[in-house]
Amino acid sequence: MKDNSYQAVMARSNEIMKKAIGMDYSQFARAQLAFDYQALMTEAGYSLEEVVAIQRETGVGNTPLYELKNITKLARMTAPKGKGARIFLKDEASNPSGSFKARRAALSVYHAAKHGYKGVVAATSGNYGAAVASQAAIRGLKSIIVQEAFDSRGVYQPEIEEKGRACEAYGSEVLQLSVGPELFYVFLRVLEDTGFFNASLYTPYAIAGVETLGWEIVQQLKNQYDVKPDMVVITNAGGGNLTGTARGLQKAGSDAVVVGASVDLKGLHMASDNDFNRKSFTTGHTGFGVPFTTWPDRADVPRNAARPLRYMDRYVTITQGEAFYVTELLAQLEGLERGPAGNVSLAAAVALARELDEDQVLVVQETEYTGAGKHVNAQLSFARKNGIEISVGNPADSVPGKSIILPEHPRQIQIVDLDMDDLRRSYLNHALGTLKGAKPLPEDISFLAEDCRVTPEFIESIAQGVK
Amino acid sequence: MTDKAVPKGTWVQIHQQILTPEQRAPQVPEDTAKVPLVMITKGFLENEGQMGQIVTVRTLCGRSIEGKLIKVLPRFAHDFGDAVPELLAIGPRVRALLEGGEKQ
Repeated sequence: MKDNSYQAVMARSNEIMKKAIGMDYSQFARAQLAFDYQALMTEAGYSLEEVVAIQRETGVGNTPLYELKNITKLARMTAPKGKGARIFLKDEASNPSGSFKARRAALSVYHAAKHGYKGVVAATSGNYGAAVASQAAIRGLKSIIVQEAFDSRGVYQPEIEEKGRACEAYGSEVLQLSVGPELFYVFLRVLEDTGFFNASLYTPYAIAGVETLGWEIVQQLKNQYDVKPDMVVITNAGGGNLTGTARGLQKAGSDAVVVGASVDLKGLHMASDNDFNRKSFTTGHTGFGVPFTTWPDRADVPRNAARPLRYMDRYVTITQGEAFYVTELLAQLEGLERGPAGNVSLAAAVALARELDEDQVLVVQETEYTGAGKHVNAQLSFARKNGIEISVGNPADSVPGKSIILPEHPRQIQIVDLDMDDLRRSYLNHALGTLKGAKPLPEDISFLAEDCRVTPEFIESIAQGVK
Repeated sequence: MTDKAVPKGTWVQIHQQILTPEQRAPQVPEDTAKVPLVMITKGFLENEGQMGQIVTVRTLCGRSIEGKLIKVLPRFAHDFGDAVPELLAIGPRVRALLEGGEKQ
């Protein structure tokens, strides 16, 4: 009889994962920390042309690109003279399951089917669940979605309840859990019991799937407007959206500035039962964005293919109130009713546009679908019921978990830049810390330098302080 | 409802305790460590069952899962919420701004 205790299953984690991904990551290892990232992406992943073909088969991608003329006008009204870039929006809600996650799921599910897996499993409370369920439905695979869904009172975060419903609608078995990181234990048990594929968000396939997004942005801007992107703002959580889009931009020859944006949830603990329903965003926030940026290899695969520090030029935060506000602007001024979590980068874009000249081009690279639970009104109403104070004023005064402040005027939409070197230092401390006192080899140093875009000297200086 | 048998094949919701508070991962914060990890899922009853009793369901992907029967024909309770006046005020305000061409 197999020992299914928490400790025993966690101890089998590597073995379970190897079977569930069907790839041996050790072939890419080069030193203690170093691995060949480009080889992982090219040999294990798919080329852009292959990705396009796979996505066409299931109706993914080729989403519309809109110019947000009224929001641009509003941004210019709050900008210095001559400033206020043209803001464009990639309407990813037009994908089959209503978000850009369909791009990632398309590849994961295709890969699983190609390798003879009967089903796919994903651990996600986000849009990725519906994306996997939808793609699995098209390709005739079974799917199981494991969600962190409710607190110890049994109260569901309405957005997650909606995503669970969507997964069911596409034919998934949905396992909903109370709060806690042991979701991973349940996930491992399901993988072991079923022999299904781990449709992780962090495999090379899942990242390759997003490259088409960056590539389409460049093509559509050229064909429809005869312009190039100067800056692309990407909502950042696990890092895959940013990594994949940036890689796609590069493949299309773009040198646009890549900005990551997250909702600031400082002070809220992601594994806390009490805090669970005190936040109004279940993704796109700093609670995922910062830890995954500063240590990508915390993911459910041996080496994470999403490595945001390789591609991110800036990382900015906005408040929950600002994301809700721009969600309302998008509906009221542009006629696009979309989900708030997908509009994190739009909020940042309003502030970023003021830094750029009027003839420059700023792209917001996603939207997501909206509906019951997954709606700005549903979230604000839910927050108020949970004792969060909702008011109108200066969003900078809000405190995550206590208050949400909607701007009184668009000029109050302001970004906060995170210090990129602090993020890099934190990444290096994590990475070097895993050596447990051993010295990094020369290959490790050059890998780390590439992985967070710093000089080898910068790494040596950090390494001296890490015990 | 409590005494009545729920017929085989009915779509129901079941509840399972996965970990007791003592079995939880060492890294969970204090508040989470005080409560068990529980799982809720849905499926078709494999046999006639009673509310509050342990039953087996067949899930949408065809697996059998055991748990305590807690709901029959479970309702999706999420909605669009109560009206939020602060939100309703945004549209008219920004439209007026655009029309008036107000400069900062």
